Amino acid sequence: MLKTFDYPKFDHRPSADQQSGEVRRHPVIVVGAGPVGLTAAIDLAIKGVAVVLLDDDKTVSVGSRAVCYAKRALEIWDRLGCATPMVDKGVIWKTGKVFRGDREIYRFDLLPEDGHKMPAFVNLQQYYLEEYLVRRAEEVGVEIRWREKVTGVDTAGNHVRLPIETPTGVYALEADWLIAADGARSCIRRALGLDFMGQAFNDRFLIADVVMRADFPPERWFWFDPPFHRRQSTLLHMQADNVWRIDFQLGPDADPDEEKRPERVIPRLKAMLGADTEFELEWVSVYTFQCRRLEKFRHGRVLFAGDAAHQVSPFGARGANSGVQDADNLVWKLKAVLDGTAPEALLDSYDAERVQAARENLLNSTRSTDFITPKSAVSQAFRDAVLDLAENHPFARRLVNSGRLSVPAVYADSPLNTKDEDDFAGTMPPGSPCADAPIARNGRPGWLLSLLGSGFTLLCFGDAPEPLKVGAVAVDLLTAGRDFEDVEGLVAQRYDGRPGTVYLVRPDQHVAARWRAFDEAKVRAAVNRALARRGRRR
Amino acid sequence: MKLNTEPNIAQPDDFYQELIDLHRDLSEEQSRQVNARLILLLANHIGDMEVLRAAMQAAAEES
Repeated sequence: MLKTFDYPKFDHRPSADQQSGEVRRHPVIVVGAGPVGLTAAIDLAIKGVAVVLLDDDKTVSVGSRAVCYAKRALEIWDRLGCATPMVDKGVIWKTGKVFRGDREIYRFDLLPEDGHKMPAFVNLQQYYLEEYLVRRAEEVGVEIRWREKVTGVDTAGNHVRLPIETPTGVYALEADWLIAADGARSCIRRALGLDFMGQAFNDRFLIADVVMRADFPPERWFWFDPPFHRRQSTLLHMQADNVWRIDFQLGPDADPDEEKRPERVIPRLKAMLGADTEFELEWVSVYTFQCRRLEKFRHGRVLFAGDAAHQVSPFGARGANSGVQDADNLVWKLKAVLDGTAPEALLDSYDAERVQAARENLLNSTRSTDFITPKSAVSQAFRDAVLDLAENHPFARRLVNSGRLSVPAVYADSPLNTKDEDDFAGTMPPGSPCADAPIARNGRPGWLLSLLGSGFTLLCFGDAPEPLKVGAVAVDLLTAGRDFEDVEGLVAQRYDGRPGTVYLVRPDQHVAARWRAFDEAKVRAAVNRALARRGRRR
Repeated sequence: MKLNTEPNIAQPDDFYQELIDLHRDLSEEQSRQVNARLILLLANHIGDMEVLRAAMQAAAEES
């Protein structure tokens, strides 16, 4: 098979901890250097927390795996200073087309409005993504320990203790807090004996990454019952380096080892691409999937994130994209608890907010799966009826479900929100992630999200209030017309900002509260609420 | 809106005959497909989720 990517080799270097022969304590240990663990570790390091990241592998993701990264994940990585190489290297796309047989029956546009720094989606092989994240992690001082396997977890006492196997022997570490981002087969989850709730699916799917020069546009193409793969579905995505992801539904009876053989894969590809198209195989994999999650993501001092906490089908790109939002949600809370500016109860809101997000992802993912792989004769009949009607009847196109693509989580019911007292138009209620918009600062063009710091921010329209501190927590001010120019009026439009309007924004750039007029007492109460500081005097 | 289960079709015998005629000469599989398409078309025309839920429930109760 062809290789378009040189896998880095990370060596194991015995740490000072290992050489000391003592069991040393760290404030935070992250297990798993995939996209989620790396994101959490980078965010912690940027916030000034000394963080150790353990991974049992010696390189980045083998195979292209996740591929599709959504706008919100890119915005998070942009906040962490590492989105640029992903966007530069990746394939930007926003249009999805759905075919039945060889006829297009439905299309969607994922970013119908302009004026956002990040695109709707970028397709990029996971190995590139992880390479960029590893580079950023090293820049910001994350200590990554490669080829270190956590073999258990002891949660007795007011800390976590981890036995670790390395190529040069075993040692143990202690952590005040442990982030378990060690993937679908999480060793930490198993060590704690935690069960998943949900569903496993029997259908097998074949992934083939092929290298070719092709004139398909950079769009997501999904076929039901294509002429080259009858009675099954097929998905096509463009990636970097002229690598194309092709995903064939195989049905429940396929033999995974047989289907992976090039003698089986190549005829399938030739049927799809035409006998004259030259291509080379880069990676082949056969997978099944689960739609399931842990009941709780916080277990005392152990915090589960990403696939270790929840798994979805690949239709919808809701796996890595939701895991990155887990990290985004968790890290500022952990930082506040470590600093003593919030009680440990704040971490229960990680559970509340991200379990809700996982539920929504699981619901969407399960619905897509039921549409793509109907489980009964009647389910098949309705699915086919939708496809029959879609070509001539617009209503049926809305029922076609080839995957509802990842959208950012809105924490609408979060206990950290302060409910609206005033009327607002638009789509930015408390719990929403802040919308981006073009701005200018000192006469130079820029983006609103880049101006939101890593702490609490008051985004103000009209006169700026005095800077304020709530206990030890500083609230930054960002005032339209003073700190930036709303050059296209899109900030005011997207936030329904009028003179006097104030938004309180959390460190993860979600809206905590908003008012039509600044009231210091209300802002203080909302900051306390967003930090789970109940009953505290204002 | 509530599900209307009072007589609402002016010529009920005509409707019934046309419904049966629709399936004449169809295989069981083809009939199943026609019924599924018909349900989807009618459901979209009604649109009101409350009415649709009441209809689904009334249909299920008779079995």
